[in-house]
Amino acid sequence: MRDLMALTERDDVISLAGGLPDTSTFPPDSYASLMRTVAVNSCARALQYGPTEGLVRLKRCVVDVMGAEGMEVDPDEVLVTTGGQQVIDLVCKTLIDPGDVIVAEAPTYPGAVPTFCAYQADVVQVTMDRDGMRVDELEHTLDELERTGRRPKFIYTVPNFHNPAGVTLSLERRRELVRIAHERELLVLEDNPYGLLRYESDPLPTLLSLDGGNFVIYASTFSKILSPGVRLGWTVAPRPVLEKMNIGKQASDLCSSSLSQYFVAAYFEAGLWYEYVQSLIEIYRRRRDVMLDALAEHYPREAEWTHPQGGLFIWATLPDYIDTTDLLARALEERVAFVPGRAAFVDGRGGSSMRLNFSGVGENDIREGIRRIGEVVREQVALYGTLTGARPATVATRAGIPAGEPATGEPRRPEPDSELAKILRLPATRKRAG
Amino acid sequence: MRHETGGGRSPAVSRVAVLKGGRSLERQVSLRSGARVEEALWRLGHEVISIDVGSDLVDRLLAERPTVAFIALHGRDGEDGTVQELLEVMGIPYTGSGVSACIRAADKVLAKHAMRDRGIPTPDFYAFNETAFRELGAAAALPAIEERLRFPIVVKPASQGSALGIKFAATPADVPTALVAAFSYDRKVLLERHVSGRDLAVSILDEDGPPRALPIVEAVPHDEDFYDFESRYVIGRTTFVCPAALPETIAERASSLAVAVYELIGCSGFGRVDIMLEAETDELYVLELNAIPGLTETSLLPQAADAAGIGFDELVRRILERA
Repeated sequence: MRDLMALTERDDVISLAGGLPDTSTFPPDSYASLMRTVAVNSCARALQYGPTEGLVRLKRCVVDVMGAEGMEVDPDEVLVTTGGQQVIDLVCKTLIDPGDVIVAEAPTYPGAVPTFCAYQADVVQVTMDRDGMRVDELEHTLDELERTGRRPKFIYTVPNFHNPAGVTLSLERRRELVRIAHERELLVLEDNPYGLLRYESDPLPTLLSLDGGNFVIYASTFSKILSPGVRLGWTVAPRPVLEKMNIGKQASDLCSSSLSQYFVAAYFEAGLWYEYVQSLIEIYRRRRDVMLDALAEHYPREAEWTHPQGGLFIWATLPDYIDTTDLLARALEERVAFVPGRAAFVDGRGGSSMRLNFSGVGENDIREGIRRIGEVVREQVALYGTLTGARPATVATRAGIPAGEPATGEPRRPEPDSELAKILRLPATRKRAG
Repeated sequence: MRHETGGGRSPAVSRVAVLKGGRSLERQVSLRSGARVEEALWRLGHEVISIDVGSDLVDRLLAERPTVAFIALHGRDGEDGTVQELLEVMGIPYTGSGVSACIRAADKVLAKHAMRDRGIPTPDFYAFNETAFRELGAAAALPAIEERLRFPIVVKPASQGSALGIKFAATPADVPTALVAAFSYDRKVLLERHVSGRDLAVSILDEDGPPRALPIVEAVPHDEDFYDFESRYVIGRTTFVCPAALPETIAERASSLAVAVYELIGCSGFGRVDIMLEAETDELYVLELNAIPGLTETSLLPQAADAAGIGFDELVRRILERA
């Protein structure tokens, strides 16, 4: 799959595979002006090493961002990191010995999988449905582990607009998860890169705010609200864990880029950030809607997909006879790409699912990309039907009037919340045919 | 000499265009092969022009005017005769096999038919393009095919050089899914009898005189799940043994068979023939021939050459000399 994924970066490919925010939306004039401010006011310091925990000025920005999500933290509680990804790495470095258990969602963030594997963790995945991680299954899993004398080092979750699943952990389950963490004295790594990118409904409290800072390690990033290029994220963690992570970071990279920190601090101090995030929300909401419409128009009825309230991703699941890793090879022929679902599992599941990103390319490319994927999927559905004699369900065509449907002239659009649990179903584990 | 329209041996020091990358699914392997070849060529004192093959290939070649091209491409365009044809038109000598041999080797179906016609053992097979299923009702013939080939059946795209898209069908219910997967990679697929046994690779090097089979490499998968074909080519899940521990008579038969296939397809320069040694019968069956096998640190041809006392630089020198 790695070799296939490398091809998704070709210039002639419409890539719905990345997790990229659209940095072309950032005004070049602002960038130039901010860099000039840094050069004039902080040249020598910006070019120098900085403290491992991060510049105080940057930590104040973190306090602002977390405040916008209803969390109150002190700058002293913050460790600035090189992107949110480094938080995952540092937590593993701090807590994981080979064979230790990490509990994660199924599917989980594909970028966390190689980190978990690098530390030789035993990752146990817990199913999700429309309300995020199933905490009943989590409790059952924890009981099972306990019976065999195993205790997870931490539970990894992306509660808001999950990557890749696109679903959000409900308030009730957030409370349950925090309760479980307290009762069992288990750490939870709350990864929240997209929390501010909400396109509908009211925000929910973070696990950190529900927990009060006892068992939750909080991770976030400037990547999605400003720029992944600045490579800056942060963590807020219980003091003993934070201190260990600080030592781990010293060993990894001494400190995150001072230049980036001065740039971001100047940006926040200019009072620009919140307005920019609002502009991103408008752009991404439109792109999400375009993708949802395109899916309804071009994907066959056998396909299902999530309706994210925010974030960057939609998770689509095809009939189980289609392997999305193989489908990607066919899609690349049509110059379009996505992430095969298997990348979000550690055990080979997810073979019929795909992650689709709607933030990184424009609306026309989203429409065209989904049209192309839809075409190859429909081609495979029809072929399978021919091979098995099965009669494939009627496809919602461009005309949008599938047989037996009311002739509304509008493409069929699934109910946003209908049977989302089914959408996130996991294909039964089975021996692959090849 | 692989420049089919004439030419002589390449000069001692050449401007060598290394063609690598491209848009095939094996792009990453090709980039690694190409980078390694470039380093060897530098060490050998050649001037190296590195070309990641794309839509500007002809322009680049016209501008750079190399004296010879080293083709380190794998899969579509590079291994199927396309780039070779362009180089023929441009009058640039190139390494490896010519256009017609590449076409025959890249299409497993053509290659297998040629072998069968010549009496070279290759697993029984049936091949169809997509239209046979879509328009001619070939699905109705599947039970007969399954009965003749017997399960498990291997389903392969006709033109993929790597393990991509190769599926095992253990039961009739698996066949449609395997076909859908294989058709993701090619418009033509083949269903082949699975030969259970040892997985051998015989690399061939053309030198003065007849083609020479190098020591045989055996791929030994770590787990016994023979259905998981892809893992056979993943580092850490497969051990490669060279020379393979085979009885002398079998090693000799495998080498002769590989040379026979190499000559039958009309290859030149170098190549690799993949062979199965059936456990039950000790019979050898040729699966396919790769006209441009991998040249990375972990690839089988360099391993085989090394076992024959030919280091990588020397291997590259010999391949270039035959351009």
